[in-house]
Amino acid sequence: MDKAEQRMDEIMSRLLRTGVILAAVFVFTGGVVYLARHSTPTINYRVFQGEPEELRTVSGIFHEALALRGRGLIQLGLLILIATPIARVAFSVVAFLYQRDWTYVVVTLIVLGLLVYSLLGGRG
Amino acid sequence: MGALVAGFLGALTGLGGGVVIVPLLTVVFHVDIHYAIGAALVSVIATSSGAAAAYVREGYSNVRVGMFLEIATTVGALVGAMLVLHLRVSVISLIFGVVLLYSAYASITEHAHSSADGGPDRIATWLKMDSTYPTENGLESYHVRGVPQGFGLMFVAGVLSGLLGIGSGAVKVLAMDKAMKLPFKVSTTTSNFMIGVTAAAGAGVYLARGYIDPGLAMPVMLGVLAGSLIGARILERAKVKVLRMVFSGVIAVLAVEMIYNAVK
Repeated sequence: MDKAEQRMDEIMSRLLRTGVILAAVFVFTGGVVYLARHSTPTINYRVFQGEPEELRTVSGIFHEALALRGRGLIQLGLLILIATPIARVAFSVVAFLYQRDWTYVVVTLIVLGLLVYSLLGGRG
Repeated sequence: MGALVAGFLGALTGLGGGVVIVPLLTVVFHVDIHYAIGAALVSVIATSSGAAAAYVREGYSNVRVGMFLEIATTVGALVGAMLVLHLRVSVISLIFGVVLLYSAYASITEHAHSSADGGPDRIATWLKMDSTYPTENGLESYHVRGVPQGFGLMFVAGVLSGLLGIGSGAVKVLAMDKAMKLPFKVSTTTSNFMIGVTAAAGAGVYLARGYIDPGLAMPVMLGVLAGSLIGARILERAKVKVLRMVFSGVIAVLAVEMIYNAVK
């Protein structure tokens, strides 16, 4: 493994860690707010109902989180978590570009495209 | 507490926490399997990313192999996540149980580890997959083989991941360990590295569909994360044999439980 590759691995490692920590902070904060307001959680998970619209879309989640609602904050943390591997793949595109490794630039771009498609709801 | 144990075992075996979390939530806490899968997928990303951060830096993971195979797993995950809508809960549980049982069986029967290096392979060489990994005797190089078989298995792994909310680490490790002849530690760590991306593809669809509930995902994710942080530290010291034992035992017990409940 050459130097450039090693540096790429190191940045990638830091990226992953930062994403997870950031996500955990939001989820934890949201959890505290959520539990403080609902001391006895009464939601029935035995029956599947699906989440309301505002907790499903990226814009809806940001709106809920900015309103400092517990569930919105948790969901924002989860969104950051889902975005972490995506950011990692995006970074890989740049790293392979830097190494002029065209085969892998194409490979990572395909993966990135699929992930973005999924996050937008995977309609189709 | 259960989530903490799940994360610990998940990170340790390259399995992802999902296989432990889904049965635990559905069997013990009677949570609807859709919510359980949603929460598991999220925690799987957390485990994978948290553990991968450590492994990538230590040079175990093969980033190129992982990247290439992620095409197969993400497509699979999208297919799997869309399939969930059309399957009944008992069918999902049954598939879950069978998959677990197969994983346990496969890892027990393989006594002799196929570490014999098969020499360079045309496709793998073209994709620059051959690499090195740290051992007790310093860096050791290895060759990658069976790229098409590995790719096919990865698609299956992706479908299962999206469908069942698991990391499909078992199938991924199988694909890399058996079909592609990667060293075991490289297989488990690269698998861990890929799991996050695969799960993210599935989780995106689940989030948009409203399958991810914050109240449920919160304790599961935090517990798993704590567990995985400890798990990643132990792998370096753990022996491959011990890893296998843990790996097989856990999944066999859970498999029987799931199948029993699905058929009941």
